[in-house]
Amino acid sequence: MTAAAGAAERQETGASRGRPAGTPAHPVSGAQAPEASEATGWAIEVEDLAIRYNGKQALAGVTLQVPRHEIFGIIGPANSGKTSFLRAVNRMDLMTAGMEVSGSVRVEGRDVRSWRNPYALRRRIGVVFPLPVGLPLSIYDNVALSSRLRGTRRKADLDAIVERCLRRAALWDEVKDRLDSLGSLLSGGQQQRLTIARALSQDPSILLLDEFSIAVDPVTTMRIEEVLAELKSEMTIVLVTNLVQQARRLASRTAFFLTGELVEVTGTETMFHGGARDPRTTAYVEGKFG
Amino acid sequence: MFEATAQNRRNRKVEGLFRLLFLWMTCMLILPVALILGVLIVRGGPAISWEFLFTQPLDNMTAGGILPALVGTVWLVVVALIASVPVGVAAALYLSEYAPDNRLTRAINLAIINLAGVPSIVHALFGLGAFVIFFRFGTSILAASLTLAVMTLPVVIVATRESLQTVPLAFREACWNMGATRWQTIRKIVLPNAISGILTGVILEVSRTSGETAPIMFTGAAFFLPFLPQGVLDQTMAMSLHLFVISTQVPDVPEHMPFGVALVLISMVLAMNGISIAFRVYLRGRKKW
Repeated sequence: MTAAAGAAERQETGASRGRPAGTPAHPVSGAQAPEASEATGWAIEVEDLAIRYNGKQALAGVTLQVPRHEIFGIIGPANSGKTSFLRAVNRMDLMTAGMEVSGSVRVEGRDVRSWRNPYALRRRIGVVFPLPVGLPLSIYDNVALSSRLRGTRRKADLDAIVERCLRRAALWDEVKDRLDSLGSLLSGGQQQRLTIARALSQDPSILLLDEFSIAVDPVTTMRIEEVLAELKSEMTIVLVTNLVQQARRLASRTAFFLTGELVEVTGTETMFHGGARDPRTTAYVEGKFG
Repeated sequence: MFEATAQNRRNRKVEGLFRLLFLWMTCMLILPVALILGVLIVRGGPAISWEFLFTQPLDNMTAGGILPALVGTVWLVVVALIASVPVGVAAALYLSEYAPDNRLTRAINLAIINLAGVPSIVHALFGLGAFVIFFRFGTSILAASLTLAVMTLPVVIVATRESLQTVPLAFREACWNMGATRWQTIRKIVLPNAISGILTGVILEVSRTSGETAPIMFTGAAFFLPFLPQGVLDQTMAMSLHLFVISTQVPDVPEHMPFGVALVLISMVLAMNGISIAFRVYLRGRKKW
């Protein structure tokens, strides 16, 4: 995207990207959830979030804060509401029949429901799905799509974006000679990195990853994890994962969801060293169920 | 140890019986088609010549060619397509991509299915009342084509909706999550991947439209016109009606002529269907995911 467009969008949100003074760099692990700051200290603040699908409760009573520029892990067994949580953050309830959201979700200090233009909100939030979705376009067009949707037409600009994003997703070297071939025909691991490159091309301030490693081999998973660790300095990452150890490797704080309920949010190290407040969390991270 | 039990033998016998039964039914299905084609080729074949295709009918339609009917059918089909494809595709896009799943949407879907079931003679009377009389188009290509368009709209809508729904939801979600609007998603991802299926539906519509008789009888097709239509407000001859006329309404038509007309008509339809099949094969070959 062009610098002007970026600036305009940032202005639109009224939020600065820097960490405001007074926000702890790393929240105290194991302590009570820190007070939500009045300013925009948190990337995402969620208060009493509940989600229903056609009247059926999927998630209820979730209150948590995600600090800027850190990897926030979400773990929990299937059907615990992790994906629904992500969908509420970028307002996919608007595109999903029967999905109702109550409570408040604030992104960069602003309630997502106050954005008159949800498309602008979604552009600031990159999403990576469990199964890689290479769109049926060329590799180049996959990564250039989001910029094109915003009106970038100059070939040189697009070229630069495509190369930068593919490099950062650790895919450039494998595909640089065949950018014209179809993205949907890459291998699973490559497609997942393509998806990450596409998300990065949005220049997001928040990156939501939903069990990204489910269809990816372990070596590629490790490469993507390295990429994520680097990206953390530039954006906030919410990592939903079914691999407890992945959360342990990457996340500084981790939330445990169980059957539509947020059991607790704790510093990851504390959680994995028996410091969890809830015995169910300890049992889950120790592999006793789920 | 591997001896067949009585049950095994019985299963095998029943299996063979059903296979024969289904094969027999399939042959029964092919038989009428083959017979029709065979009779048409044998009895109508001698009538086909350049002169037959490209000259005017003569001597009260007992001699000469079928040019006005041929041209008229092309006119009717093309104008019907221009009217029905944009409306049908837009309606299908709305129903498939935008419409909430509520009572109104279901009612609309039901209405479309019912529209497909309305007999063509009822469409003909509707066209007469609506287009010929109320809108004052007179008996004309325009009125006849619009009647045909209304009649074939359900085909276009259903074919389009189905080919839109073969595009995986995951593609749409990926686009939406990127901040794309529904329309951007349709334009960039959904339509390019559904277009071949839509075209197939359109071609099927063409083959149906070109054979219809009742809807055009009161609305624009003429018994006999010794000239070609000059515009959409002219009347025209049409292949299907011409066949009806020379088979039943005109005395002393040489026997090979109706068969010749039928052969030309059915060849047009088969050619359209052939194109449609070729599209499908091409589409499968180019499947992008």
